[in-house]
Order: sequence, then structure tokens, then C-alpha cells
Amino acid sequence: MKLEKKIIKPPLWILLELTHKCPLECTYCYNQLDFANTKDMMSKEDWFKVMEEARAMGAVQLGISGGEPLLNKDLLEIVKKANDLKFYTNLITSGVGADISIVPKLKEAGLKTVQLGIQSPDEHTTTLITNNKTAFNDKMAFAKSCKDNGLQLIINTCITRQNIHQIGEIIEMAEKLGANYLEIANIQYYGWALENINALLPTRAQLDEAKAITNHYREHRKDMKVFFVVPDYFATRPKACMNGWGSTFLTINPDGVALPCNTANTLPLTFPNVKEHSVEAIWNDSEAFNYFRGDSWMREPCRTCDEKEKDFGGCRCQAYALTKDMHVADPVCDKSSFHHVVTDKVEESLSSSQEPIYRNKINSMNIIAGRLAKSCK
Amino acid sequence: MQREKFLVVNNHFQLQYEEKQSCYVLLYPEGMVQLSFSAGEIMNLCDGTKSCDDIIMALTEKFSDESIENDIVEFLDEAMNRDWIIYHEA
Ligand SMILES: C[S@@+](CC[C@H](N)C(=O)[O-])C[C@H]1O[C@@H](n2cnc3c(N)ncnc32)[C@H](O)[C@@H]1O
Ligand code: SF4
Ligand code: SF4
Repeated sequence: MKLEKKIIKPPLWILLELTHKCPLECTYCYNQLDFANTKDMMSKEDWFKVMEEARAMGAVQLGISGGEPLLNKDLLEIVKKANDLKFYTNLITSGVGADISIVPKLKEAGLKTVQLGIQSPDEHTTTLITNNKTAFNDKMAFAKSCKDNGLQLIINTCITRQNIHQIGEIIEMAEKLGANYLEIANIQYYGWALENINALLPTRAQLDEAKAITNHYREHRKDMKVFFVVPDYFATRPKACMNGWGSTFLTINPDGVALPCNTANTLPLTFPNVKEHSVEAIWNDSEAFNYFRGDSWMREPCRTCDEKEKDFGGCRCQAYALTKDMHVADPVCDKSSFHHVVTDKVEESLSSSQEPIYRNKINSMNIIAGRLAKSCK
Repeated sequence: MQREKFLVVNNHFQLQYEEKQSCYVLLYPEGMVQLSFSAGEIMNLCDGTKSCDDIIMALTEKFSDESIENDIVEFLDEAMNRDWIIYHEA
């Protein structure tokens, strides 16, 4: 019999993925490959309930994302509710999907921050990455309107082989747009990004140069904060994914499924739905949220590793995607017997001339059909 | 620190008392700082109607302690350094 109840800290940060639909088709998108199967099942009231329950537990940060959250017609009311509940609100958006007149309305509803994804300082490259011809101009207008309306602006640029040569210009652009922060995000290889890794992974030399340019900027000009998210494929230790499974972070998918990270439903676990259970029950009691808490699930080398408090064995989704076993060390770790999978992927991708596929419904349905065909064999 | 100018919390941040954490917290994109008791007391007075001098007066009176003046100025300087507070331009 267990005498002590495990102490579970409440979630601090909630991410609402309002829809997985999106007008853009970014090659690097981490969303699930089978997103075409994820239906929009959450009413405005369902989202309100999630926010109330999470806030009552002590959550303070609220991200609104997707897919493209601007496509959800209840967005303004959701923002207003979040603000009334005293969440710190962040809209994570491509800037495409609603009329530009929504920006002042978002500000009025109490929105604090816009995190705007911009792929490139030029139209051609933006179209190449997003498969959308008007995206670039829409984004520029959106950024300007955010500043005009006094919203805090974070520009997020996902870095791949398709735009890594533009780092300097990206920084210039963000500064011209008046961004409060620029996030240079070397992408994580999940979902569509992993599918396209052969076309997206930059070389280590390119990365080093990008880093050097960023540092040069940081030393000489200090008005805009620049974050540089390092890519883990070139590392020898994994990231402390989500600050530990079920420790801080809770994502709700468009169908109401609750996840400990954005892509956790790629794992062979069953995740609870907020339409059937309270957020508190899901967080504290569900099997899925408890599955990777603590370290009793770990295998060697993590189990006896003196760094396990630091990185919790890395990312479960990455371990599963690359080894088909979700209990092993994240293969980014060079103590893992699967580390060669990562180094092999790096090598393979660098000599590949594969073209990326776009993140869209047809490609998603083809992938779903392909999986079905495979499992029938 | 210009001691006679009104101070206000930077509107890109959000200051609030959190019951669950029993303290004031300051929220910003993707992060949070838990404020100590005294930091919370000082920040809470940065409401756009008080200057550094006003805040010192209010708090030395509230806690009947003259010696906290330096700590308050030091904290406000640091808070301004970190962009947590700004001068309130009327
Ligand atoms: C999936 S998007 C959804 C919101 C919106 N459509 C957008 O793009 O901003 C959420 C955030 O993740 C970023 N992102 C997408 N794919 C990524 C990847 N593979 N690695 C790191 N960040 C990624 C996007 O730039 C965006 O800031
Ligand atoms: S990253 Fe691109 S494709 Fe993915 S949801 Fe955002 S805008 Fe859409
Ligand atoms: S062996 Fe496991 S716990 Fe140790 S550093 Fe590697 S991933 Fe982290």
C-alpha cells in the first residue's frame, strides 16, 4: 500500500488549440500529420469551462494557438473571458485567417501579447515555405496593426534550410516592425517537420553562422530582445521537454483531448477529454498524465543517470518517433543506444535533395490512408 | 530614478495577487516571477498616481520603519531596469 500521496503541482500554463485548420501550409509545422482527423468539437462554453477550471487550479499563462486560431469565430469572446479570469494572454498566430480589423478588437478584449509567425523578410521565400501567395503582405499588415494598437509583439521565425541564410535580414525586419521580442526558433523535428527533415535540416556550419550573426546583433544593439532556440539534433543531451511531463504545461486539442504537450497524442496512450472530465481530474488522476511523472518509468541509461533530474530523460514524443519505444532515453542523448538514429538522420538529410511536402488536408488524408493500408497488411 | 515622477507597471506585464501561491506575481510572455512580500507591496503601489517619494512615504508609515527607504529606491531602480515599471506620462 502506498502511504504517501504523490504531490502533484498544478499546471501553470495552458495552451488552447482552437482548431487544426490553417490557411497556411508551412513545411516545418509540428502539428500532427493526421490533423485532418481532428475535428473542431469545442463550443465557446466548453473553452470557458476549461479556462475556469484551469484558473481555479492556479494556472496563470494562457496561449491560444492551433492550427490558426484566427479562424475560430469565438476568438474574441475567448480572449475576453481569459482576461476576465486574469490569465496572461498570448495569441499565437500566423496573422492570416481573419480581417485585419480584428486586431483592435483583440486589444479591446484584453489581449496582452501577439506571437506572430513570420517566415522570411521577402515575399518569395514566404510563399515557398507557406504555399500561400498573400501571406507575406497579410503578415506585414498584421504586425503593423499590432503595434498601432499597442499590443506587445513577439515575432517568431522558424528556422530551416529554407531561410537560414536570411538570419541577418530577419533580425533587421523584426526591428523595423517594432517587435518587442524576436524568437529565432530552430525548429523541432515533429509532425510535418520530421516528415520533411531531409529538406529542412540545415548544416552545422549554417547553424554556427546563424548563431554568430545573432550574437553580433545582441552585442551591438539592445533595444529588441532576441532569443535563439537551439536545435536538439546537433546536441548530445536532450532538452528538458515541457519542464517534465505533467509538471507545468497542459494543451487542449480542438476535439477536447487534453495533452501534456502539443504532440503527445502521437504516443500509444489514451488521453482524456475535457468534455468528459474536469481539468483537475485529468491533471491529477488520469493514467496518461501520471504515466511519465517521476522516474519509475525510466529504463537504462536514464534510470541510474545522474542527469535525470535535469532533463527527465528528454522528450517522449521524440523517443517514440525515432525508436518506436516511448520509454527509452530521447535518442538525442549520446548515452542512448539509439543515438545513431539521430546522427544517421542528420547525415542522410544533408545529402538529400528531397522536396518538402506541404501541411495541408489532402496530404494529411493521404498519410492517414497510407497508415491504414499499412496496418491492414 | 526621478523621485517625483509617477510610476506605473509596464502594461506588457501583468501584476496580480495569486491566492494559490500566497504572493504577488508578475506575468510576462511565457514566464512569471513570484515577488517577495516587500517587492509585492512596492509594485502594488506603482499604479500611476504615486511617485517614488510617495511610495516611500506610504510604506515607511505603514510599517513604521524609516530604514526601508534605501531598499525601496534600490528595488524601484532594479524594477525599472527590468522594464517592470515605467514613468507614467500624464
Ligand atoms: C503550430 S503554430 C500554430 C499557430 C499559428 N498558426 C502560427 O503559426 O503562429 C504554433 C507555434 O509553433 C511554431 N512552430 C511550428 N512548427 C514548429 C516546429 N517544427 N518547431 C518549432 N516551432 C514550430 C510556430 O511558428 C508558432 O509560433
Ligand atoms: S505553423 Fe504554419 S501551417 Fe502550422 S499552424 Fe502555424 S501557420 Fe499553420
Ligand atoms: S541518459 Fe537519460 S537522463 Fe541521462 S542525460 Fe541522457 S536522456 Fe538524460
